[in-house]
Amino acid sequence: MRKLVSGLGGRAVIAVPYLWLFIFFLVPFFIVLKISLSQVTIAIPPYIPVFNWQDGLAGFFQKLGALSLDNYLWLADDPLYVNAYLSSLRIAAVSTLLTLLVGYPLAYGMARAPLAVRPILLMMVILPFWTSFLIRVYAWIGILKPEGLLNQFLMFLGLIDQPLIIANTTTAVYIGIVYSYLPFMVLPLYATLEKMDYSLIEAAEDLGCTPLAAFWKITFPLSLPGVLAGCMLVFIPAVGEFVIPDLLGGSGTLMIGKTLWNEFFANRDWPVSSAVAIVLLLILVLPIVYFQRAQARAQERAG
Amino acid sequence: MAGTWGRFNITALVLGFAFLYLPILLLVIYSFNESRLVTVWAGFSTRWYVSLLSNRGLMDAAWVTARVAFISATVATVLGTMAAVALTRYTRFRGRLLFSGMVFAPLVMPEVITGLSLLLLFVAIGFDRGFMTVTLAHITFSMCFVAVVVQSRLVSFDRSLEEAAMDLGATPLRAFFQVTLPIILPAVISGWMLAFTLSLDDLVIASFTSGPGATTLPMKIYSQVRLGVTPEINAVCTILIGIVTLGVIAASVVNKRREVRRQREERLAFAG
Repeated sequence: MRKLVSGLGGRAVIAVPYLWLFIFFLVPFFIVLKISLSQVTIAIPPYIPVFNWQDGLAGFFQKLGALSLDNYLWLADDPLYVNAYLSSLRIAAVSTLLTLLVGYPLAYGMARAPLAVRPILLMMVILPFWTSFLIRVYAWIGILKPEGLLNQFLMFLGLIDQPLIIANTTTAVYIGIVYSYLPFMVLPLYATLEKMDYSLIEAAEDLGCTPLAAFWKITFPLSLPGVLAGCMLVFIPAVGEFVIPDLLGGSGTLMIGKTLWNEFFANRDWPVSSAVAIVLLLILVLPIVYFQRAQARAQERAG
Repeated sequence: MAGTWGRFNITALVLGFAFLYLPILLLVIYSFNESRLVTVWAGFSTRWYVSLLSNRGLMDAAWVTARVAFISATVATVLGTMAAVALTRYTRFRGRLLFSGMVFAPLVMPEVITGLSLLLLFVAIGFDRGFMTVTLAHITFSMCFVAVVVQSRLVSFDRSLEEAAMDLGATPLRAFFQVTLPIILPAVISGWMLAFTLSLDDLVIASFTSGPGATTLPMKIYSQVRLGVTPEINAVCTILIGIVTLGVIAASVVNKRREVRRQREERLAFAG
């Protein structure tokens, strides 16, 4: 493979995407960090710049003193933000668990289906993932609202005589997250369950294990890498979710993605929304790094 | 393991797929509802599709979205494929850890953070917000998805084919275009389709990075959805679902055909 490494083409293959991600992914984070340390002002753009390229190095050190942690102190002081972070983490954790509970039987059923049907089932899980996220969340509004289809159906069956209030509650947010992120959970679970050696279970059952005990002692531990990958893929984006709490949640549903959005679009407070983003990133950095490591390990195993 | 249909497995599959598909199905059915009330069935009608055609705002937004999605998916596919090749072929180069970090992180990064940070970049360098900025933002996050899709194909790729081509005198570039690319093409195509739908779908990043005159369809849908559920929105959604479903099915049929043809050619080659 040494031949491919050398040469202009080889270098360009690395350099071009590297440079692109550097400019459009890494640099923006430093800008967010910088702005989170500036003061808000009424201007365009609405913040007092802390650094100025023209000032040179001396100006840089002088301006260093102007950096302020005010926005962070503000976040720590105001229970609204602290509660929003905590409640985002809680909502994301609960929905991740629910997604696992819904996704595991589905992935298991797929992995044990006859070989010929599996590609079709796999495609059926992926297909909703291709249709718009916004549309899938929107579909639930019509189902969950008081005069919506779910209540009509339950009242038709005679199970309830008062419409259930689900729309604009945290329950609706759970449903929305489980529904939207289900493919992210099912795919890694399916990948590990499908590769599993089922003769192990047969052996356990031959030795007197009940099917349930065999599941907990063999299947589940062996599927842990898939469980963890799926949970990361659901949990991390769910913490910062905006569309689902905004459309399905109510005034009582506090989530940090929505807080950031409001801070930015409604209050036009760029420094505070930058600080919100930086703190959110700090909270998520551990799971993200863990996810990357797991991805890299899986890739090395495959290669 | 030859799979069998157990009672538990069937129940799990039926319930799971019902959960995945019923909401979309209901949305499609109610787009053909005569009544303005979305949840009360009043007979079959296509009037919402007709009224859609005269909705200039939606049509303009659809056109902007289609162009953004096409351009960003195409550029993202080139960049993402390069990134995938870089990650699988070059196991050591300076800054590789940072590089793989930058490729994987956007996959799970909350969209509000990506959107905000890109917007602040564009403001900092004095780039006017609009069509260009949305496209650049979409290229950036979707190239990472392309990279992951293509990379998963590249790791299982038999490199000896490429080496054989180079031993026979092909330059690395030529070996890539004549040997590697045709083989990984299905993955590259699904990468392009994924990038296209991600761009078609994106609300949050577009809302941050877009400017006047570049309202995308999700932004338009979102602003109308906030005012309430309307059959017209159901109709737009149904059309989008139809396009995506047709695209995915067409792509899988084409892939299947290619596979069958390849197998037949291999058989012929061995027979001859």
